[in-house]
Amino acid sequence: MPRSRLPLILLFLLPVIGLAVLVYYLVAALDPARDPNRVATVMIDQPVPSFALPPLDGERPGLANTDLDGVVLINFFASWCIPCRVEHPLLTELAKSGVVIHGIAYKDKPEDARAWLNELGNPYTRIGADSNGRVAIDFGVYGVPETYVVDRQGRIRFRQVGPFDPTTIEETLKPLLRELRQ
Amino acid sequence: MIPELGHFALVLAFVVALAQSSLPMLGAARGDRRLMAVAGPAALAQLLLLAVSFGALTYAFVVSDFSVALVVAHSHSAKPLLYKISGVWANHEGSLLLWVNMLALFGAAVALFGSNLPPALKARVLAVQGMIAVGFHAFMLFTSNPFLRVFPVPADGNDLNPILQDPGLAFHPPMLYLGYVGFSMAFSFAVAALIEGKVDAAWARWVRPWTLAAWVTLTLGIGLGARWAYYELGWGGWWFWDPVENASLMPWLAGTALLHSAIVVEKRDTLKSWTILLAILTFGLSLLGTFLVRSGVLTSVHTFASDPARGLFILGLFAAAVGGSLTLYAVRAPALKGGGLFQPISREGALLLNNLLLATACATVFIGTLYPLFLDGIGGATVSVGPPYYNTTFMPLLAALVFVTGIGPMLAWKRGDLAAVLSRLTLAGVGAVAAALVAWRLETQGPILAVAGIGFAFWLLLATLIDLAGRFGLGRGRPAEIWRRAVGLPRSAWGGALAHAGLAVALLGMVGTTLWAAENIRVMRPGETTTLGGYDYRFDGTEQVSGPNYSSDFGRFTVSRGGAVVAVLTPEKRFYPVQGTPTTEAAIKTTAAADLYVVLGDPDGQGGWTVRVFHRPLAMWLWLGFVMMSAGGAVSLSDRRLRVGAPARRGLAAVAARPA
Amino acid sequence: MTARRYGVVIGFMLWLAATGAGAVEPNEMLADPVLEARARDLSREIRCLVCQNQAIDDSNADLARDLRLLLRERLVAGDSDEQAKQFLVARYGDFVLLRPPLKPRTYALWFGPAVVLVLGAFGTALYMRRRRPRVAPPPLDAAERHRLDEILAEGSDAP
Repeated sequence: MPRSRLPLILLFLLPVIGLAVLVYYLVAALDPARDPNRVATVMIDQPVPSFALPPLDGERPGLANTDLDGVVLINFFASWCIPCRVEHPLLTELAKSGVVIHGIAYKDKPEDARAWLNELGNPYTRIGADSNGRVAIDFGVYGVPETYVVDRQGRIRFRQVGPFDPTTIEETLKPLLRELRQ
Repeated sequence: MIPELGHFALVLAFVVALAQSSLPMLGAARGDRRLMAVAGPAALAQLLLLAVSFGALTYAFVVSDFSVALVVAHSHSAKPLLYKISGVWANHEGSLLLWVNMLALFGAAVALFGSNLPPALKARVLAVQGMIAVGFHAFMLFTSNPFLRVFPVPADGNDLNPILQDPGLAFHPPMLYLGYVGFSMAFSFAVAALIEGKVDAAWARWVRPWTLAAWVTLTLGIGLGARWAYYELGWGGWWFWDPVENASLMPWLAGTALLHSAIVVEKRDTLKSWTILLAILTFGLSLLGTFLVRSGVLTSVHTFASDPARGLFILGLFAAAVGGSLTLYAVRAPALKGGGLFQPISREGALLLNNLLLATACATVFIGTLYPLFLDGIGGATVSVGPPYYNTTFMPLLAALVFVTGIGPMLAWKRGDLAAVLSRLTLAGVGAVAAALVAWRLETQGPILAVAGIGFAFWLLLATLIDLAGRFGLGRGRPAEIWRRAVGLPRSAWGGALAHAGLAVALLGMVGTTLWAAENIRVMRPGETTTLGGYDYRFDGTEQVSGPNYSSDFGRFTVSRGGAVVAVLTPEKRFYPVQGTPTTEAAIKTTAAADLYVVLGDPDGQGGWTVRVFHRPLAMWLWLGFVMMSAGGAVSLSDRRLRVGAPARRGLAAVAARPA
Repeated sequence: MTARRYGVVIGFMLWLAATGAGAVEPNEMLADPVLEARARDLSREIRCLVCQNQAIDDSNADLARDLRLLLRERLVAGDSDEQAKQFLVARYGDFVLLRPPLKPRTYALWFGPAVVLVLGAFGTALYMRRRRPRVAPPPLDAAERHRLDEILAEGSDAP
């Protein structure tokens, strides 16, 4: 083929090449693990925002960032949230195994949250009542449940959007907690 | 029984499509007339079978046959008949059945009305249509079967989303699909031409009617969707740059470019390989749109239920169709020899500029829509691309396009005299500036962009009228002669002028409704009055009413201006018990100057209601513009010369009146 | 009228001129029309995170309402438009902005259309130049010129 033809052939091949690139990214986008609605967190490695929430009732004290000591979980929940119910037994188990979990009741009436915890059990060491949702916004929460792992220096190291499942707990959470405790 | 018949017909259609896609192609390669002759009857048989299939599904919906899973999921016995019928295509599987019916409809049309096509070309075109059909039939039969049954049969269905129970929305998908599928004809013609290795003026003339028909219906489909959003969503917004909306805009932009470049191929035998590429890309964008809507890769209010397996299948179809044709293009297109030469300043040059602007606009929407996906793919945080992005990038292109469209049609072929054209357009320029000044005086609070927009719109409108008047020599000779020349003007000239004027009129509406809109949101008690845009709105109270499958609160507002009552508006707040969703029905009074738009919000529990009043200037012109554009395309379509492929026998006087 | 009153009147007119959208409730709106107009404009640029592609100005969702109220609080506290937006970006990332910020990650997004236009124009110009015939026809030699003169002379004798 004459040399002067080569750039022309390449030019005409550009659309196909462009298509291949496009299809590559579309295939990547089809990955079931990808959720276009998921909001990535910018809080990883950031210090926990400062907050001070009143208690839910007389039983457990309220929660402030100054109360955080050691490696802890902060779990945003609500009595009106169905997936929170699904994740609850897993949290109870974690609490029993020695993990400190603090709860924040997100936009919940105190009596509803209390009733919910009475019914399902209470895995939380401390509970804050975030009735207007402002503290949640400071964390970058956009739905419940969401859980944050905070290390000894008070930095956020992990965020779980949506309810926990056993696989995530075994394969991601527990190894992380072990690592942070060393 | 009937659903089984429908299912069987679908399977048969699949088999016919297999035959249609292979035998005629083989026949054309060998010059075997009998094999080529399979194409026509196969296309007709496919249409017949698919019509039976679609009819069966419609029957199942109409009689509420809840043994069909689709009917259970998307219908309810209490739904009005119209929405039972439109429920057939308001879901993923049913809409696919509609899609393939449209595909078969176009194929059958070519089989019946394409008698002037050379047999080999016709065979190849229908074969490519058959290939597309094979892909979609397989998609339906293997992943999205509309005829799946359910047992035990439930007592009733799960009502259709009440927001979709609307006449405008009932016809929005069929129009859109006619458009998307219509572009498949241009695609088939392009691929057939590449296989034959020949693109000439005759080819362009054959392609044009199909492309035009697709364009007209797509314009109407987009317009219907925008109009529906305008009155249903409750605040008069009509375009949100949502990914699925963009998915319909991209083929529209490419299709508009295709229409115009096909003119150059026909008239001057040049720009061939670019036009072929456009034909492939336009349909490719239709397929991409289908993928984006049904695969769940992008966030959108419009998406059907998402399923990665289905997404992968459509992506495969897309990659095969577009990849195959683009590869064929890379191999065959370099051999296409160009014809006429032309100066940069000429009709061809203007059409080339038109294509450049439209292609860039299309690329802009493409980049914006897919960028979040791309960022996801390379890892790291993603961004949101919303209306602010498109306003910055798309609008300048639109403005440039509107400006050039005023000048282009007046330039001569081969070599145009820009100075002469501009001097003829002085009146348009003066008119545009005058209109802008008037707009500025009337709406001194509005953004400067609105004034510019009005100016551009009037420029195009006046330029189009001047061009039209020049074509039939308005002002030269006696009225009878002028009339004769006007009537003798080819319909494509009238159609083009109407469509361009429609763009200008639509632009007026776009500027008014978005840049000059005003609103008044407050809590009102019965008897109170509020004002907006020079009108007084008195809230007269509410009453409760029951509809076939909903209950509603009707509000009553008396609107007056300067003491005289202009209208009584009755917005509603409806509640649909089965799905448990509330909707608002806005009340709109349309005047030439503005739409008066009232929405009833929530009660405050103390006898007051939240009321939203909107003032949307020039709204009517937006919809009129859409209609004018579609009508212009339809008028052009009715031009016999374009369909039959031979110049009509007209008086020499009419021919002489046209500029060179 | 005092300057402040003027400000309120003009602000009120500006507020009326703001383009409309549907979800703001009367009990959210600020008393100061200028701030309210700013809040509305900002709300149109903030994404509702629990919706499908809507601005918080257009959405009925709870979180959208919370964010609208939060924006108004920030404005009342004296934040500039940019500061208020950054307040949200610090918590939710760039994703919350409907106008993507200009940073290296988004250069292709913002400059892409212009690049396409320039490349397209360049390509078109190249195409136009290649189409023009490159070689001028060779000049006539003496014999051909003579023949041409003869032909032209014949033509002028024609009746």
